[in-house]
Amino acid sequence: MTTVPNPAPPTRRRRVPLAPYLFILPYLLIFATFWAWPIVSSFLMSFKDSRLGATAGYGLSNWQRLLTDEFFRTALKNTVIILAIQVPLMLSLATTLAVALNSRLLRARGLFRFAFFAPLVVGTVAYSAVFRLLFNGEFGIVNRALAGLGLPEVDWLNQPGPAMAVIILAMTWRWTGYNAIILLAGLQSIPEDVYEAAAIDGATPWQSFWKMTLPLLRPTLLFCLVLSVIGTLQLFTEPALITNSGPGNATMTLGTYLYQQGFRSFNFGYASAIAYAVAALAAVFSFAQLRLFGRDS
Amino acid sequence: MTTLESTPPTTRPSRGKAARDRTSAVWLHVALIPLALLFLAPLWIMLVFSTHPETAIFSPNPPLWFGGAFKENFDGLQADTNFLRALGNSTVISVAYTLLSMLLTSLAGFAFAKYTFPGRNLLFGLILATLTIPTFVTIIPQFILVARDLKMSNTYWAVILPTLANTIGIFYMRQAFQAVPDDLLAAARIDGASEGRIFWQIALPVVRPALAALAILLFLASWNDYLWPLIVLTQKDSYTMPVALGTLVGLTRVSWGGIMVGTAIATVPFLMVFLALQRHFVAGIAGGAVKD
Repeated sequence: MTTVPNPAPPTRRRRVPLAPYLFILPYLLIFATFWAWPIVSSFLMSFKDSRLGATAGYGLSNWQRLLTDEFFRTALKNTVIILAIQVPLMLSLATTLAVALNSRLLRARGLFRFAFFAPLVVGTVAYSAVFRLLFNGEFGIVNRALAGLGLPEVDWLNQPGPAMAVIILAMTWRWTGYNAIILLAGLQSIPEDVYEAAAIDGATPWQSFWKMTLPLLRPTLLFCLVLSVIGTLQLFTEPALITNSGPGNATMTLGTYLYQQGFRSFNFGYASAIAYAVAALAAVFSFAQLRLFGRDS
Repeated sequence: MTTLESTPPTTRPSRGKAARDRTSAVWLHVALIPLALLFLAPLWIMLVFSTHPETAIFSPNPPLWFGGAFKENFDGLQADTNFLRALGNSTVISVAYTLLSMLLTSLAGFAFAKYTFPGRNLLFGLILATLTIPTFVTIIPQFILVARDLKMSNTYWAVILPTLANTIGIFYMRQAFQAVPDDLLAAARIDGASEGRIFWQIALPVVRPALAALAILLFLASWNDYLWPLIVLTQKDSYTMPVALGTLVGLTRVSWGGIMVGTAIATVPFLMVFLALQRHFVAGIAGGAVKD
């Protein structure tokens, strides 16, 4: 067709390789069936009135209900309170532990690492059971210890504030070591000469922590923060098992409310709307954190 | 050893630094030891209580050392729920899940790390994007699919299948395979090895340490998973261990010694594994999170 003489025709056309697609195929089938499609499907479902006997097709009824639902508001409030207290508490403790475990002055490092990291192999059900027993109002060992110290005993699980505190303490016990490991890895990637330079300039350890370590650790902290917030927004096992969402609904979280709506009342449409509200919150929080703490990095 | 007070004030900076270090070291340990004990306390109490009868656990002076009622508590637990059955279910599910998930994620991770092909970035981006989506979003359609459409409630597959598409695993294995030298694969290709053989016999053995770390994390995640098994397992005989224990915790009349036995059995093997393989554990968690 063309008048231009053909360059030597390529002996073989570069083939699109088949092997990588075959390698990915099994994963992709599972991914598409059990992840990608459900993500779309539950979004559609959130617009469907799925209450028993409902005949209406798609509409906004679930979302309208969400805006006026008092229980949803309680669950949201409780979740945000836990989040606002637990995440900063845990991350500052984890940062402190990471710095301490990284200190060249520390002896018996292995023992300390074991003490702080061991909780992360304990399952949520197991430690929820243990904490429920530890904080039992009548016979719990925590109250025994308080009494032994001459302090007043607390009816931990039957009062809103203390019940919340038990959940926060339990989560902190379980997850601080996990975050400390990530932060420790972040610390160890900071080159030694940064500190040497700071020491030569006469910086105290305190100053070099605030001026050098913390800024250099910021990306790692941000990672921990985003993961912790997404995790806490989905809090379920601890309030379900330690406090039964009680007393009243004082420790009902978005997770336990979703479970109740989806798998006790089988109102899939409304539960999907709650799930997407959680996803939206996660997105908003993540975005805000990236904007607030993620600049110039 | 000199005590702190007896250290003479000195103008030599090195001596001053050494003294300062010693003071800091003392403070460091003074702060850290009680905190470490506090972190160990729940585990210790769990182990100790699993060996005492209810009356001792709830006595005014709860025991802090081991007793002899472990067998008795275990029998109580087995009577409350079929714990051995749950233990067996958990073991089968966790082993199968770990092996299958390792296979799927390393196959896919290998493809993403070592091949260029149309759609690679799009697919990988899509998979990574789901990392930020809360699992709540998928759980209801997953339930409808597994329980209603596939009618798999109370089977091992119901627990295993939906969690197989592990995003962290694919991310982790991709990183591990990226470190495998291309020359190694090219040499095998020249020798006429098929792509499947290259994956199985050349690349996979190189990333064995990463696989070990991933295996531990996958097994642990499956072993401890609660919400999803709780939803798809409704018959007592199909319960996994966390589900079986979870049903007991909520009851009003329940053997706490038995529950502590259950939690101890669920936990102790992993404490041992953790002691033995702390490095792999730490590498696994840090490796999935921090990349430089």
